Amino acid sequence: MSFDRNRVPSWRPGYRFQYEPAQQGHVLLYPEGMIKLNDSAGLIGGLIDGQRSVAAIIEQLQRQFPDAPEVGDDIEQFMEVARGEHWISLA
Amino acid sequence: MASTGSASPEVPVGLPLWLLAELTYRCPLQCPYCSNPLDFARQGQELSTAQWFKVMAEAREMGAAQIGFSGGEPLVRQDLTELIGEARRLGYYTNLITSGIGLTEEKIAAFKQAGLDHIQISFQASDEQVNNLLAGSKKAFAQKLEMARAVKAHGYPMVLNFVTHRHNIDRTDRIIELCLALEADFVELATCQFYGWAQLNRAGLLPTREQLQRAERVTNDYRERLKAEGSPCKLIFVTPDYYEERPKACMNGWGSIFLTVTPDGTALPCHGARQLPIAFPNVREHSLQHIWYDSFGFNRYRGFAWMPEPCRSCDEKEKDFGGCRCQAFMLTGDASNADPVCSKSDRHGVILAARAEAEHATQPITDLAFRNERNSRLIAKS
Repeated sequence: MSFDRNRVPSWRPGYRFQYEPAQQGHVLLYPEGMIKLNDSAGLIGGLIDGQRSVAAIIEQLQRQFPDAPEVGDDIEQFMEVARGEHWISLA
Repeated sequence: MASTGSASPEVPVGLPLWLLAELTYRCPLQCPYCSNPLDFARQGQELSTAQWFKVMAEAREMGAAQIGFSGGEPLVRQDLTELIGEARRLGYYTNLITSGIGLTEEKIAAFKQAGLDHIQISFQASDEQVNNLLAGSKKAFAQKLEMARAVKAHGYPMVLNFVTHRHNIDRTDRIIELCLALEADFVELATCQFYGWAQLNRAGLLPTREQLQRAERVTNDYRERLKAEGSPCKLIFVTPDYYEERPKACMNGWGSIFLTVTPDGTALPCHGARQLPIAFPNVREHSLQHIWYDSFGFNRYRGFAWMPEPCRSCDEKEKDFGGCRCQAFMLTGDASNADPVCSKSDRHGVILAARAEAEHATQPITDLAFRNERNSRLIAKS
């Protein structure tokens, strides 16, 4: 099953991605809950804006981290998990 | 953030990520399982808008990310829109936890404008008659339905909360169907926990094991169906600890994540802790920094050094922290004891007796002690 990188992710309505200084990291906030995101998920999450496609997110992070291997795979995997958890929708 | 406090050195103190703002004990409903203290009618004066602003700013600075506006019924506070606006400005994820009574479409829109993120509406039952009987209001059910629809129409995520007990738990299928029809994002099927008014009415509320198992089976069937349909609706089933052999990890540990501020400014590690024989600090007199890290009350049951046996030598103590301090206090007279839900507790018999009692209970809803000012004053006096 191949992942369509042309799709555009957006956060589920009412879900909020933000940086938390006290936790020194990004979180996803939703009704009565919070997911602490690891550093790479935080970087990916910061580029989800309902405009950029998955391909655009991959391109941007590859440019930012030219030495990191398999950025594309990591991002696809994040999108799959986030969609499975209903944190994002993919248009 | 480093601790400046006196908690036992072996366990670092966590951040108060969750601030529960109990704005008022005033409420138009009379639910006989209310978690408010029995003597709510004689509690002190409510905090002012400015005092809440200070509490919210301090907690946010210390790492609080979620705020729940609760009560009582938070809608009776005239400054609710202002409080929501300030909380959102500070960066909180803002949750309104309401019965829906007193809510209007205008308010829903105004709260949205102020930055409210989410609304939770509590129901008493899936059918109008039982709902209104439990709520002590003839109009409650219709109002809740109308407001739940309006909440979704205004684009909020919505949690619907049902406290379940022996009088409504057999309708779990109907409850879930109702929530799906109302497009809830989360459904909390919260089997009654026995604190406050619920403890007073326990014999009339505790479901039988059979009732509970059936409700859990129904819930699991729906979960599978929703998953197969790709539905985003999540069902949360809270079992009553009375049917467990190990206690719940109450509040994820004392003073570990949760900070409750009650209407009069008393700060608590959980909303039930007021009944404990501990002088908890008040936000009128102390900063939240002091309260969370340094106060006696918040450090009282942190770590493990306070534990007597059987918890002290138990290899599960880091998993459940010996259960709930309030339940230990209510059922054994000493909050340091193991929560009697644990089968290792020498007082586990009180839980077994409650289960046996549930098998034969016959008390109708109308015989429950309803949560109202009159009953509260009577209880406080006696």
